[in-house]
Amino acid sequence: MRNVQAEREEMSGAAQYNDERAREIIAAHMGLEGPAMPILHALQKEFGYVPDAAVKEMAEALNISRAEMHGVVTFYHDFHRAPHGRHTLKICRAESCQSMGAERQARAFLDKLKLDWGGTTPDGALSVEAVYCLGLCAHSPSALYDGEPIGRVDAEMLDEIAAEARD
Amino acid sequence: MVKLYIPLDMAAVAMGADRLAAAVAQEAAARGETIEIVRNGSRGMLWLEPLIEVETPAGRVGYGPAKVKDVASLFDAGFLTGGAHLLNIGIVDEHPWMKKQNRVTFVRCGVIDPLSVAEYEAHDGFKGLKRAFEIGPVAVVEEVTKSGLRGRGGAGFPTGIKWKTVADCPPGQKYVVVNADEGDSGTFADRMIMEGDPLSLIEGMLICGYAVGASKGYIYLRSEYPIVAKVFQAAIEKALEAGWLGKNIKGSGFDFDVELRIGAGAYVCGEETSLLESLEGKRGIVRAKPPLPAHVGLFGKPTVINNVLSMATIPMIMEKGAKHYADLGVGRSRGTMPLQIAGNVKYGGLFETDFGIPLGVVVNEIGGGTRSGRPVRAVQVGGPLGAYVPVSLFDLPIDYEAFAAKDSLIGHGGLVVFDDTVDMAWMARFGMEFCAIESCGKCTPCRLGSTRGVETIDKIRNGMDVDANIELLKDLCHTMKFGSLCALGGFAPYPVESALRHFPEDFRKPALEAAE
Repeated sequence: MRNVQAEREEMSGAAQYNDERAREIIAAHMGLEGPAMPILHALQKEFGYVPDAAVKEMAEALNISRAEMHGVVTFYHDFHRAPHGRHTLKICRAESCQSMGAERQARAFLDKLKLDWGGTTPDGALSVEAVYCLGLCAHSPSALYDGEPIGRVDAEMLDEIAAEARD
Repeated sequence: MVKLYIPLDMAAVAMGADRLAAAVAQEAAARGETIEIVRNGSRGMLWLEPLIEVETPAGRVGYGPAKVKDVASLFDAGFLTGGAHLLNIGIVDEHPWMKKQNRVTFVRCGVIDPLSVAEYEAHDGFKGLKRAFEIGPVAVVEEVTKSGLRGRGGAGFPTGIKWKTVADCPPGQKYVVVNADEGDSGTFADRMIMEGDPLSLIEGMLICGYAVGASKGYIYLRSEYPIVAKVFQAAIEKALEAGWLGKNIKGSGFDFDVELRIGAGAYVCGEETSLLESLEGKRGIVRAKPPLPAHVGLFGKPTVINNVLSMATIPMIMEKGAKHYADLGVGRSRGTMPLQIAGNVKYGGLFETDFGIPLGVVVNEIGGGTRSGRPVRAVQVGGPLGAYVPVSLFDLPIDYEAFAAKDSLIGHGGLVVFDDTVDMAWMARFGMEFCAIESCGKCTPCRLGSTRGVETIDKIRNGMDVDANIELLKDLCHTMKFGSLCALGGFAPYPVESALRHFPEDFRKPALEAAE
């Protein structure tokens, strides 16, 4: 398990976790009112996920219990507790996209990759997440690939994304 | 020098606007043409995105939907002077879709460079704030109340009353919070205004802060809108540079700062008290009301929390006066509603119109019916917590009270169209599943009821004790509606009940196979 985790961290392009860097990031946000969310976003941006060790550092800095801090991190869908794929594809499965057949299409794509929602391909290349509306509802079905919006997604485009992610 | 407009709007980008802008610039350089490309917001004719607009003496001529492969032929056709081309839609302002609208909140969206303070001012920007400074805070609150503006987030609560409550709190730290957690499927108006006319939102916040005595404003934006985050942050910086934010704004003695905060994928954070918890850095757990956020809001201080559209409409109300706005609309639904037409629809986009227009006109005439070409079967109005409206109710006018009378809601103005292939029992199941995924977990009817709802609908779909389980499901919906703390659990039954009421046949199909 450890090895897989270390390997993924290395491959994800994100920085290797270290306490010192985490403390720097936390300190840089301490002047804000209610700094927890901006810190979590910054930690995830730096390390690709929010490691337990960082949660401990945050709890200390914010003077709350680790349990409370854990509660915050785990409440939000966006924050990952373990290294993620090098690329992230978010596929919308909200009503508008469903009206254009998104659910069936996404299911077929996930089956092909042998993944479920939130899963990562074994090579660590691609994580596929469900998202509930991207505000692209006049161009359903829609998706977000590494932050790039895509409208009128079809099966072929999904396959291309999967292939590109693995390049 | 020819001026071109290619939207930076996320929907336009999703259809290739960035690649198109690069290709146009490259082709112009290769042909020795000097052009300037302005990245504007979208006009709202989303089926035409990416829409290129060319400034000509006759007006702005539109070409769309334009792809990279069309670029060479557009130049060949002389599009820089408005030349004829298959994609030419004529003068954009004269397009029937634009002509039929009454653009109040979206009057500048797609027209101006969203990041130019000078253009914003040239299009009546900051006139509302200047007038606010002239008439003073008390009169501003009165004006907003008189306009009849109701919160566009979904609940339709009168904005003026909210402001007055905060204004009446003793002086001290107060906050203005904008709810930009636009999570409802089928809605994108907040996104479009923040990308296309971000300064109107900043001006609205300034007017609000001035009226209620707050010096700090937060915008809580959902993380699913990365382009908004970039554009809006840039707009804040532009406003700061131009002296429209910060200390002693334009010599008024009024200080105000705005900070953008990003959510993290929790739908429930669109609920105002959950949003405040999240801003404070906690789990987005809903608070019991009272106390109202107006009394005990962000960090326990009096807080105005308004939806993006409500706040972005304020500058116009202040500029033109309450009466101008109140004269639009019907009954207690005053002003205009930016409708978002989405889903399986031919002409999807944003259509701002006075309240009172019938639903069927919006779907069939403006939206042009389904994209698939099949008959319309249902329209979900008001997001995942909104009811499914059948074609038989298409004469229902867009009006808060008229919808409420039919156990439906307008919500944030999103319309998702479904054709006759939709399985309404599956959609009802999805409604419950969504509620289960997004429930904050504080109250039992929502946390457990949603999961029990999924299980019960599964039994119905599998033909198990159908009559008894439908009764059970109705009872569960009743409990959730009246026993939940906030609108998530309280409104999640609306799509389920409406599906049961209007499409009962979908719940009695023999031995359905799982739709996934």
